Amino acid sequence: MVPLNYYLILSAIVFAIGVVGVLIRRNLIVVLMSIELMLNAVNLTFIAFARQLGSMAGQVAVFFVLSVAAAEAVIGLAIIISVFRHRRTLDPQEMQLLKW
Amino acid sequence: MVSAEFSTVASDLLRWIPLIPLCAAVFNLFWGRAWGNKTAGALACAAVGASFAIALYLFWQLPPTGILRDPVYTWLESGSFKVNVSFQVDALAAVMLLIVTGVGFLIHIYSLGYMAHDDGFSRFFIYLNLFIFFMLLLVMADNLLLLFVGWEGVGLCSFLLISFWYQDHNNTIAGNKAFIVNRIGDFGFTLGIFLLVTGLGRQGVWTLDFLELQKYTQLLSPTMISAITLLLFVGATGKSAQIPLFVWLPDAMAGPTPVSALIHAATMVTAGVYMTARLHFLFVLAPSTLSLIAWIGAATAFFAATIALTQNDIKKVLAYSTISQLGYMFLAAGMAAFGAAIFHVFTHAFFKACLFLGSGSVIHALGGEQDMRKMGGLRSRMPITYWTYVIATLAIAGAPFTAGFFSKDLILWEAFSRGAVILWVIGVITAGLTAFYMFRQLFMVFHGECRADDHAKAHLHESPPVMTFPLVILAIGSIFSGWLGAPEYLWGSRWEHWLQRFGAAATHEGSVQTEIRITVLTLAVVAVGIYWAYAKYGRAAAMGAPSAAEQGFFYRLSLNKFYVDEIYDYLFVRPFTACARFFAEFIDPRVIDGAVNGVAAVARGLSWVWCGLQTGNVQHYATGLLVGTLALLAYFLGQS
Repeated sequence: MVPLNYYLILSAIVFAIGVVGVLIRRNLIVVLMSIELMLNAVNLTFIAFARQLGSMAGQVAVFFVLSVAAAEAVIGLAIIISVFRHRRTLDPQEMQLLKW
Repeated sequence: MVSAEFSTVASDLLRWIPLIPLCAAVFNLFWGRAWGNKTAGALACAAVGASFAIALYLFWQLPPTGILRDPVYTWLESGSFKVNVSFQVDALAAVMLLIVTGVGFLIHIYSLGYMAHDDGFSRFFIYLNLFIFFMLLLVMADNLLLLFVGWEGVGLCSFLLISFWYQDHNNTIAGNKAFIVNRIGDFGFTLGIFLLVTGLGRQGVWTLDFLELQKYTQLLSPTMISAITLLLFVGATGKSAQIPLFVWLPDAMAGPTPVSALIHAATMVTAGVYMTARLHFLFVLAPSTLSLIAWIGAATAFFAATIALTQNDIKKVLAYSTISQLGYMFLAAGMAAFGAAIFHVFTHAFFKACLFLGSGSVIHALGGEQDMRKMGGLRSRMPITYWTYVIATLAIAGAPFTAGFFSKDLILWEAFSRGAVILWVIGVITAGLTAFYMFRQLFMVFHGECRADDHAKAHLHESPPVMTFPLVILAIGSIFSGWLGAPEYLWGSRWEHWLQRFGAAATHEGSVQTEIRITVLTLAVVAVGIYWAYAKYGRAAAMGAPSAAEQGFFYRLSLNKFYVDEIYDYLFVRPFTACARFFAEFIDPRVIDGAVNGVAAVARGLSWVWCGLQTGNVQHYATGLLVGTLALLAYFLGQS
């Protein structure tokens, strides 16, 4: 059986990749995908601990996260499409209207 | 002088006396314009007439030492301090009631004719009714606070009525002047009330009720009473136009003439005299205040009379004569002869209202002309006005067996018999001056050639009956109202008996012989005044523009009212406006606005430092979030 630490390390790596993606990518769709990456990294930890501890609570949490992630993807993509229609770009650096 | 000797009778009727005019005012306020002038005017007159009828009925029922009381409700209650809205009528208040409602009623009727062509007809009657209401409140109040409500109320109505024709800027300025000068007096008045309440309160008696006050005055120290009465008298100088606060009354002639008759002759300005008489139990305990009152009264009487000598505006002459007569009243009050003061109030109400209404009739006939140099010869064209004016002029000058003769003589006799010879001399000289300026006016207006322009001459007419009827009644009153207070050597005074409690029936040391001699002397001075006026203005040749001799120093001094307005302007008004301008142009924009703007500027400056952080870039924020989270994480992990 694969030890718990392996799962956690993998999860941390995936989470870090997600964070970096959110912070540096210049395309909103990729940023959204990076967020999904972070969510799934967290899901992985939940599952690993659920399995390790023999508890269903972790799995239930995963279902919640999945459904929220699905909703978020729907809304996020809708916003992205409408932003793109409006501005013909998806670069977050270009979207700096909300400041003083 | 203890309250035990009063018999108090409860009467529900009292509240209706002020309430009816108030109701009429409210009705006219909402429906006056809709109902039209006729109904509004009739309602207003009927309301005051009804009040007069009730007042007469109560007067009939009132025993000389009795008091009618009508407690309506408790207004304020704080611990043992309690102020009621309740009315009381004793002999003094009954007399004032009759003056206010009776003369007020006649003036209302007169106004029907005088204001007939005015756009603000119903508004005028609302103000008049409101004024009567407040005046009745003042007269019938059973405590000082309610009296003060009426006191302020008549001030307000006076302001409204003086600036009644507000389209003319000068009228509104005159209204403001009256209001502001009265405020100065009222400031003293309120301080007096405060001092009275706290002074008695320190002794454990919290009250403003007149009867209670009378019972407990001996608890106050003499200096305290002096201070209280002085402050109250400051209020009286404002309301009753005495030196130094008389300046508003001549300007108050800007209002319609019936207003001048109602407010500035017959009723409102007598409020100060009434107040001193009402609080006579306080004033008699303060001899220093009393002598000050007497001196100010005499000085005002003389001073105003000298100004009236040269005025050319028909109403200005009457205004200064009012101030002068009020001076007589305060002279009597200062002699502690409050009955005599109120007696002069009573007779003065008739002849002064008659004079004002008569001058209103003249002004009406000449289409608004008030300059006496452009009048003259109106005798034949306006016989009723002329004859009533003659009677009232005789009365104010103090011709024998007219009202003014009895009341003025009583005051002068009080002054003489109590040893105030200098005051008496001033009073006698003033009587001569009064005779001069009143007959000067009579000759200038009604005798000689008519100097009005042709247009005015063509429209010259006697006033309609609705205006002459009150004149006739008032002229009758100008003769017979004085007969109530005849001296002992004639048929004796009912008046002194009636107002015994208010110091009228003081025991006089002087004999009847001296009294008659004094009277004859006064009459001689009056006759000289009349002859002087006849010599100067009575003959047709002497009429017209003033000769070069009249351009002397004293003539100009008097014509310009001793420059009192100018002096006040330099001493008080200008420093005050300069001060106000300093605050408006420096303190307000620099200091106050500066503080507010300074706070805002500091906040904005600080925000400049930090607003660089807000880039609008979501990824920067996310980075900040990450750094913060990591920092927190490191901190908590480091802790455990």
